[in-house]
Amino acid sequence: MTPLVDIRDLSVRFTGERTVHALNGVDIALARGEVLGLLGESGSGKSVTLKAMLRMLPARRTVITGSINVSGRDVLAMDEHELEGMRGGVVSMIFQEATLALDPVYTIGDQIAETYVRHHDSSWAQGRQRALEMLDAVRIPSAKRRLDAYPHEMSGGMRQRAMIALALSCSPEVLLADEPTTALDATVQIQILLLLRELQREMGMAVIFVTHDIGVAVEISDRLAVMYAGKIVETGPLRDVMRNPSHPYTRGLLASTIHGARKGTRLEAIPGAPPRLDQLPQGCAFAPRCSLVGADCRDGDIAVVPRSDRHAVRCLRHAAEQEARSAVA
Amino acid sequence: MSETDVLTPTADVGGPQQPLLEVKGLSKHFAVGGSMFGKRSTVRAVDDVNFAVHKGEVLGIVGESGCGKSTTARLIIGLIEPDAGEIILDGELVGSTVSLRDMRRAVQMVFQDSYASLNPRLTIEDTIAFGPTVHGLAADKAHARARDLLAKVGLDPAQFAQRYPHEMSGGQRQRINIARALALAPRLVILDEAVSALDKSVEAQVLNLLIDLKDEFGLTYLFISHDLNVVRFISDKVVVMYLGEIVEAGPVEALFTDARHPYTRALLAAMPSHDPDARTQEAPIAGDPPNPIDPPPGCRFHTRCPFAEAVCSENAPRLTATGTAGHSTACHMVEPASGHTKAPAPAPAEQEIVECPT
Repeated sequence: MTPLVDIRDLSVRFTGERTVHALNGVDIALARGEVLGLLGESGSGKSVTLKAMLRMLPARRTVITGSINVSGRDVLAMDEHELEGMRGGVVSMIFQEATLALDPVYTIGDQIAETYVRHHDSSWAQGRQRALEMLDAVRIPSAKRRLDAYPHEMSGGMRQRAMIALALSCSPEVLLADEPTTALDATVQIQILLLLRELQREMGMAVIFVTHDIGVAVEISDRLAVMYAGKIVETGPLRDVMRNPSHPYTRGLLASTIHGARKGTRLEAIPGAPPRLDQLPQGCAFAPRCSLVGADCRDGDIAVVPRSDRHAVRCLRHAAEQEARSAVA
Repeated sequence: MSETDVLTPTADVGGPQQPLLEVKGLSKHFAVGGSMFGKRSTVRAVDDVNFAVHKGEVLGIVGESGCGKSTTARLIIGLIEPDAGEIILDGELVGSTVSLRDMRRAVQMVFQDSYASLNPRLTIEDTIAFGPTVHGLAADKAHARARDLLAKVGLDPAQFAQRYPHEMSGGQRQRINIARALALAPRLVILDEAVSALDKSVEAQVLNLLIDLKDEFGLTYLFISHDLNVVRFISDKVVVMYLGEIVEAGPVEALFTDARHPYTRALLAAMPSHDPDARTQEAPIAGDPPNPIDPPPGCRFHTRCPFAEAVCSENAPRLTATGTAGHSTACHMVEPASGHTKAPAPAPAEQEIVECPT
């Protein structure tokens, strides 16, 4: 069966004074109703991947190669009109800052109604009705009254719920979530995560959830993809990646997390910093920080090695380990 | 002040038993609104806050946005003036016995936004040397000290000293802010969400650095953060704030393993799980933190508390000793005879014990 989202060898370059290699051959296959956690640090290419899927990157300064298919349609070949139909209808997105994602001069009810009418060719009254249903669905108390509220009249958590209501109003097949809980207080963050998990199950949509927070990724994902310098370095079912992290970067990331770290011990920090995307090293981009680095890591493309059925790692050392293991067996 | 004074920490006056910092009855209220038509209201940002930081200790302050943790830091370092309360540095009252200028040498601060807190027009070396020069150190010595400190925070002076802030990464800039804070040989460093904006792998590096520097320079930290994992890792004692008030305080392990306040428990339960087989099933509390403008009467948490009773909206609970030494909680459920149905029975008065009928 073809996946709902099929991204192959996606590369994104930003041109200008310097050429920034933001994505360098990303492959993502997402099944219907699956939640993929895209985990990585700033500059790893998580957000660029989402924006490329909606073709929201500045066209004049961006070079995109590879292919993006959503629901069997080629996103990179779409014209403006087709894109408008896809955005919000088939693929929808939520953001970290709801204040910036919502229009400050329209009420929440009107914004949802407008989206619904635009995609469904329905009456304004039907649109308002849908808005009410959606505010109820995201558990906004006294939804009827909130229809006529402006974004600034709501608290942070309520605004985040309103943005989710807007994004889901046309029952998209894919929801792209770009750190939607990062700016929230701890007690609110968990509420929004649980809400998203519940809505995802009810509506059966596929989700790509971008986050830098491992805990958040664990709460929401079925599968994890770890990004580094514009490449996916490890991907697999959530449990496999958490229990058997295989890429040195994933291992380092999990080890450096403060969660459960004991006082008085040193954190196992990964030395150094991610490479600049306009000066990517040859070979594996993680090589300069890697404790297992060998001479062969520094040239050529590093291939993806399957670790198990659905768990794959982009690492030469891991490949060598696998070979040694199978030789013994 | 002689030149060498700037390079060494101010003398220890009170001895090891004297807390380095004591905060007593600290309050700050901001007036908001009050336009021609609007009602004038008050943000009770910090309300009667008391705590002490002992020498060589790390005190963590946790809480959500609007709880007053950053305002507390700004009050301590004198960036804003308190409405009431005293700040006592090593036994001496700031403002009378200790001048603001001397206090600012002894207390330094690192902020969350590493870029906004650096002057974009100064090189890294000039930035770090600026403070000591203002305090009377000769320029060449100040610059030597700056290069020294750069090396201490893990940045090669030969490579970085002449760079500008925009040429550095977030983690590198935060190292510079730490170096600048140390340039005046402070005794207390206030870290206000200092690692919150950093990527995880860099955050771990900076936390390790902070621990090393604390040992090397004999520092005391006031560590403000919303991240409970980080606070647990670095702190000896923790203060939990909610809407301008301290709701619970105590030794770090007591607070994390034996929290008594429903809010502290909710904060702990709201931490995302790192175990795929033990995901969070239910949000510990509903709703957002209320607006700190005109906070709820009585216990400020009662609007979100699952155990709230009538008494909670009528009386404000007092911090009451609970569990291990130094652990205290402001909740009617731990305060004897508070009127809450879950409150412990009043301790029998001593007289009754003595005059036991025979």
